[in-house]
Amino acid sequence: MSKVTLAEAPPGVEGAGFFATSLDKVIGLARANSLWPLPFATSCCGIEFMATMGSTYDLARFGAERPSFSPRQADMLLVMGTIAKKMAPVLKQVYIQMAEPRWVIAVGACASSGGIFDTYSVLQGIDEIIPVDVYVPGCPPRPEAILDGVLKLQEIVKSESLNRRNTPEYKALLEKYGIQTDNG
Amino acid sequence: MSNSITKITPNNPVFFDNDPQEELTTLNIGPTHPATHGVFQNVCQMDGERIVSAVSTIGYIHRAFEKIAEHRPFYQITPLTDRLNYCSSPINNMGYHMTVEKLLNIEIPKRVQYMRVIVMELARIADHIICNGILGVDTGAFSGFLYVMQEREFIYEIFEEICGARLTTNIGRIGGFERDFNDVAFRKIREFLDRYPPVLREFEELFVRNRIFIERTAGVAAVTPEQALSYSWSGPILRATGVDYDVRAVAPYCSYEEFDFEVPVGTNGDVYDRFMVRNAEMWQSMHIIEQALEKIAKEPAGIFHADVPEFYLPPKEQVYNNMEALIYHFKIVMGEWETPISEVYHAVEGANGELGFYLIHDGGRTPYRLHFRRPSFVNYQMFAPMSSGMLLSDAIINMSSLNVIAGELDA
Amino acid sequence: MDKLDNQGIWRSLQEQFAERIGLVGEPHGLLTITTTKEHIIALLSFLKNDERLRFTYLTDITAVHYPRQEKPFAVVYHVHNLFQNVRVRIKVFIDGDQPTIPTATSVWEGANWMERETYDFFGIVFEGHPDLRRILNMDELDVFPMRREYPLEDPNRVDKKDFYFGR
Repeated sequence: MSKVTLAEAPPGVEGAGFFATSLDKVIGLARANSLWPLPFATSCCGIEFMATMGSTYDLARFGAERPSFSPRQADMLLVMGTIAKKMAPVLKQVYIQMAEPRWVIAVGACASSGGIFDTYSVLQGIDEIIPVDVYVPGCPPRPEAILDGVLKLQEIVKSESLNRRNTPEYKALLEKYGIQTDNG
Repeated sequence: MSNSITKITPNNPVFFDNDPQEELTTLNIGPTHPATHGVFQNVCQMDGERIVSAVSTIGYIHRAFEKIAEHRPFYQITPLTDRLNYCSSPINNMGYHMTVEKLLNIEIPKRVQYMRVIVMELARIADHIICNGILGVDTGAFSGFLYVMQEREFIYEIFEEICGARLTTNIGRIGGFERDFNDVAFRKIREFLDRYPPVLREFEELFVRNRIFIERTAGVAAVTPEQALSYSWSGPILRATGVDYDVRAVAPYCSYEEFDFEVPVGTNGDVYDRFMVRNAEMWQSMHIIEQALEKIAKEPAGIFHADVPEFYLPPKEQVYNNMEALIYHFKIVMGEWETPISEVYHAVEGANGELGFYLIHDGGRTPYRLHFRRPSFVNYQMFAPMSSGMLLSDAIINMSSLNVIAGELDA
Repeated sequence: MDKLDNQGIWRSLQEQFAERIGLVGEPHGLLTITTTKEHIIALLSFLKNDERLRFTYLTDITAVHYPRQEKPFAVVYHVHNLFQNVRVRIKVFIDGDQPTIPTATSVWEGANWMERETYDFFGIVFEGHPDLRRILNMDELDVFPMRREYPLEDPNRVDKKDFYFGR
């Protein structure tokens, strides 16, 4: 008996030798189980992410085997740690460089809201400059919490329609952040 | 061109005389480059693989700790110190507590001091594990990192048992600890002392005599003691140059004078020596923890804080049920106790070097000024000058071996 | 070599500098002296190079802002004799309008970033510094945030209503 667990098939019509479902669901399934993370680690949460990637917690179990340090080949931007105002343009640039579809997880209190650093130099949450899909609370979050955030994102990815990135709502969202949409 | 054959060493690679050196390439590394483990930016002028000059830019996670500290009462500053060097936050916590205790003239019971020593040495091991493990990764050996990371998780389990948190521990209070170590914590500390030595020995076997590792690190970024002192280096990287300055030995705090330990020093000040000094320090730390456990066993059990109700926050259940505790709690939180108007500098041996706290108090609710002497900040400033003439790949492992922690660097 | 103590250090410095230095006190056993910005570099060099004193290690440079004093900025140096573990703290009070002080980079190379940090936070200009730029804050910042008059929080925030914070 193999120890490999297969992903659960989406609902569909099954018969002898065929299985029919919508393309959205198949692609969502594939995307959700091969999310390539781009760790944007600045401070304490990055150390907990190291533990998440390490042998004890092993994020690779959920299809995130390959941390992609190039934004071009990444799907999931994990922002971990305080983003100072000096850093904000860099983060935005990294987000812009990512190819669609792209998702963002704000890991930890600082990335989500500025955390305990309500000061002149700290950005009060990365959602001031880029759109965020999942927020993980904690200062820093435990590795289990980071894993939970990734699982939550997988749910989002699975249910996302293929057309979403072309909708006017999505373009309006990006334009709200001043990000050029080049695919339309 | 003379006939003599130049010896090819890591610091002196093949270098052709007909190389057109007018054309330099500008290479920007960072602030989010994966090879730098943190937010450091260096703009390098490159001649091929060689760095001609470099300019460091820091401050990418400047969080204004010192400004926040001027707006917080003493007991609320502990969580800030966590986030300085987050790889070994308990040392920062304890160092800060000791500074305030020095200001307030609080005498700490021996048992509490030994408990602090245990926690601080565990934190030092956790920090050195990260640094040396990552140095292994940067020289191309991933497995050593995975072995020791497993043990670092175990240290975090001990911290969880003591205070409930893993990384940013906020461990202890001004005057001692929030609660006593429970039996599980003691058992786990002993278990750690048993299970870590074989792992560390295996880790050393993987690296210490490994030809590739030696070629990559020996002679790389060698620093003389004079240079190191002129740049105010401290910690393992200073000791790797041969200067035996360790705050624990030179200016003992927290009863370190009662412990028997050695201060390992290197000879060349290169990356290899820094690696070896950190490894040797891990052995010494375990030796210290063993002694501390013995000493604790001889002290009366159950003491975990000094008897200073006017500065030590009472437990919550007492605040709700006991009038006296409620008054103490109120007065501490509102900052109504008479505190000495004075200034104090206190230094502890952080995992990266001398971690100093300069506290000026004017009798108010908050410190008038709290300045952190952050070893990473002071140590890192030599990186750019020392990089010139170095190979890019050597500069990367040089940075790993400096173990600059971004949170501590930028404060 | 005889043991250095605070009295001994103070006597040696008095012999050399007489009335150009003043004694502040010994809070928690740490000898604290004061001088003026004209003599600070001579004093630091003497502490470093004197055969007996040997304060060869610069621990820290920082500053403190006392807005109500006549000379509102104090630049504070901590130097350390590693051989005998003695520290000395030196304070230099300087004027507020155009705070300047000579740089200590001529004595210790490590003073470079410490002085840049002090400049960044307090706007104290270290004359003769090779590269006096902001180090932690953004170059565009036009205030010196550690001065007492500047607030901790970002004054431009719009999402934080004072009403909800009881102010």
